[in-house]
Amino acid sequence: MKKLLLASAAGALLAGAASAEEIKLGVILGFTGPIESLTPSMADGAELAMKEVSDSGKLLGGSTVASVRADSTCVDAAAASAAAERLITSEGVKGIMGADCSGVTGAILNNVAVANGVVMVSPSATSPGLSHTNNEDNGLFFRTAPSDARQGVVMTEVLMEEGIKEVAVTYTNNDYGKGLADSFQAAFEAAGGSVTINAAHEDGKADYSAEVGALASAGGDRLVVAGYVDQGGSGIVRAAIDSGAFDTFHFPDGMISDKLQENFGDEIEGSTGQHPGTDSPGAAKFSELVGGAFDATSPFTPESYDAAALILLAMQAAGSSDPAAYKEKIMDVANAPGEQIFPGELGKALDILAGGGEIDYVGATAVELIGSGESAGNYRQIVIDGGKIATAKYR
Amino acid sequence: MDFLNALVALSNFVIIPAIAYGSQLALGALGVTLIYGILRFSNFAHGDTMAFGAMLAVLITWLLQSMGVSFGPLPTALLALPFAILGTMALVLFTDRVVYRFYREQKAKPVILVIVSMGVMFIMNGLVRFIIGPNDQRFADGERFIISVREFKAMTGLKEGLAIKTTQGITVVVAVICVALLFWFLNRTRTGKSMRAYSDNEDLALLSGINPERVVMYTWLIVAALATTAGVLYGLDKSFKPFVYFQLLLPIFASAIVGGLGSPLGAIAGGFVIAFSEVTITYAWKKVLKYMLPESLEPSSLVQLLSTDYKFAVSFVILIVVLLFKPTGLFKGKSV
Repeated sequence: MKKLLLASAAGALLAGAASAEEIKLGVILGFTGPIESLTPSMADGAELAMKEVSDSGKLLGGSTVASVRADSTCVDAAAASAAAERLITSEGVKGIMGADCSGVTGAILNNVAVANGVVMVSPSATSPGLSHTNNEDNGLFFRTAPSDARQGVVMTEVLMEEGIKEVAVTYTNNDYGKGLADSFQAAFEAAGGSVTINAAHEDGKADYSAEVGALASAGGDRLVVAGYVDQGGSGIVRAAIDSGAFDTFHFPDGMISDKLQENFGDEIEGSTGQHPGTDSPGAAKFSELVGGAFDATSPFTPESYDAAALILLAMQAAGSSDPAAYKEKIMDVANAPGEQIFPGELGKALDILAGGGEIDYVGATAVELIGSGESAGNYRQIVIDGGKIATAKYR
Repeated sequence: MDFLNALVALSNFVIIPAIAYGSQLALGALGVTLIYGILRFSNFAHGDTMAFGAMLAVLITWLLQSMGVSFGPLPTALLALPFAILGTMALVLFTDRVVYRFYREQKAKPVILVIVSMGVMFIMNGLVRFIIGPNDQRFADGERFIISVREFKAMTGLKEGLAIKTTQGITVVVAVICVALLFWFLNRTRTGKSMRAYSDNEDLALLSGINPERVVMYTWLIVAALATTAGVLYGLDKSFKPFVYFQLLLPIFASAIVGGLGSPLGAIAGGFVIAFSEVTITYAWKKVLKYMLPESLEPSSLVQLLSTDYKFAVSFVILIVVLLFKPTGLFKGKSV
């Protein structure tokens, strides 16, 4: 009996040792193309997480992680799909950190990743079109950046908490404005509010009194201005104040800057707004961890670190580098319950997971995955108080 | 009370803005109509002449402000206006000397002069952007309101507020003064009469000893003054942005043509016709109707005939209708 136990223990050890492998992760980003200036530090961020895990020697009994880079081009779906195909079939990657732009990310996911059953975690694709409500992605796609539609939902929550049930909406006439206004209207009406008018305004006009006339006629407790503070957004607010059409406003991210308080000050007292932002200590810890190796504050670089870390932690939680097994664990490691994990603490997280414990990966961007596996995003809710932009809270 | 509320809402969003806008258009259209009547071509550079004049006023206003000069509750730009007019006069006389005079001596056809004026337009456009940049500039100062919404509500106890901006008041007052001066000049002074004579019949005027170069010069001086005033008033009331003046060309020409090209009275009437059409057709009438109609008839939609994006389309449509059915305009101007 004793021998049997010993043998099985030895067997377990051997099995563990045998499973120690070199795990390859794909890093598919647009190293050429329109965001080529952002991608080097994004890739560095992802590889930093891989190195941290490899150096700890704790992943799946001592496995190491190797990064394989490929070019998504950001815009060319065919080239991106070919690159992903190469990574999976000839390099044998177990997961993909990427892609970056929404278009190529969708192409890789549908053409390559789903067909081959490989997990993708994108650090920067924000199109609402990538939210999968009917499991079209077989549970393989995640993202550490929030969907653009998310701000509409957050905006609804803010207004509902303020007790605002009826609003007028005006948006700058482009994809950003229209997408935001439409996602807000859908969310707000689903929450029981009503949108009296959802009208576009053109940027760069001298006079917005006609637009404001229509908004005023429709009425509402508050005017939502999904525009730009340096452009028509300010013109709309100015005309609305001058004509007494609205006293308070709600501002999404494009409107929130020092220019807003400089232009209007206490004239918009009591107005609210939100823009991406977090008070999580993760970002500072990430900068510290990176040191001077690359730019830790470059857009989507912290998200890239988190994306790679999530893949590796999920592997540890599943006890396997097989995408079909660890894809189930990504949501578990990203969200509560469990011990909070910040950048630089991946070794500790691997220990906890190996011991059967649970973790809540916070990372550099306060990761919280919702829905089909996308970041809830972090927003700073603001209020105009005494003519100044003041933080109400973070959500 | 409901009737009063409806009236106030209508004044606040339609009548007052349209009167101010109409005055600005009328001043612009007067310039166009004078050039057409006396120099006999459509001056496409007019919008950019306005932009140039307004730009000078902005720069001089900044200079005055930096020296600590202010005009009390009125905007400093009014002090800068005379200097800006002088600068614009210099520019248009210079343009006339180096460009238009050449074609006048050739007895060039009006259509050639129109194309020449387009060239001048592009140059002035570039000049303004080169000097002040393509961005918005704010130069209004002083009191912002004659009556603000809050004061009005406190005063009357009505649910609807009424705001009259200082710039709107100034626009109307200055426009009335300008028009009065212009008509006095054209009807009562010797130079004005010679200008009208030249406009009515060039050959007869020349025979009776009128100096054509003098008439042309006076015309340009008056046009420069009108254009600068219109440009400054528009910039004060809205905001100064070079490209906007270029876009203003369409409603200004529409005003001049609707009123009848060459007829100063027509230009003024045309300005108000265009301004009121633009504003009333793109206004959402829901609020006003809600006050006026019994509850059972209350509209659920916005009752907006055209989205505000199509504001300029209104001028186009009016222009086409007038050209089709009454080519000489409301006040029997010259046919185009």
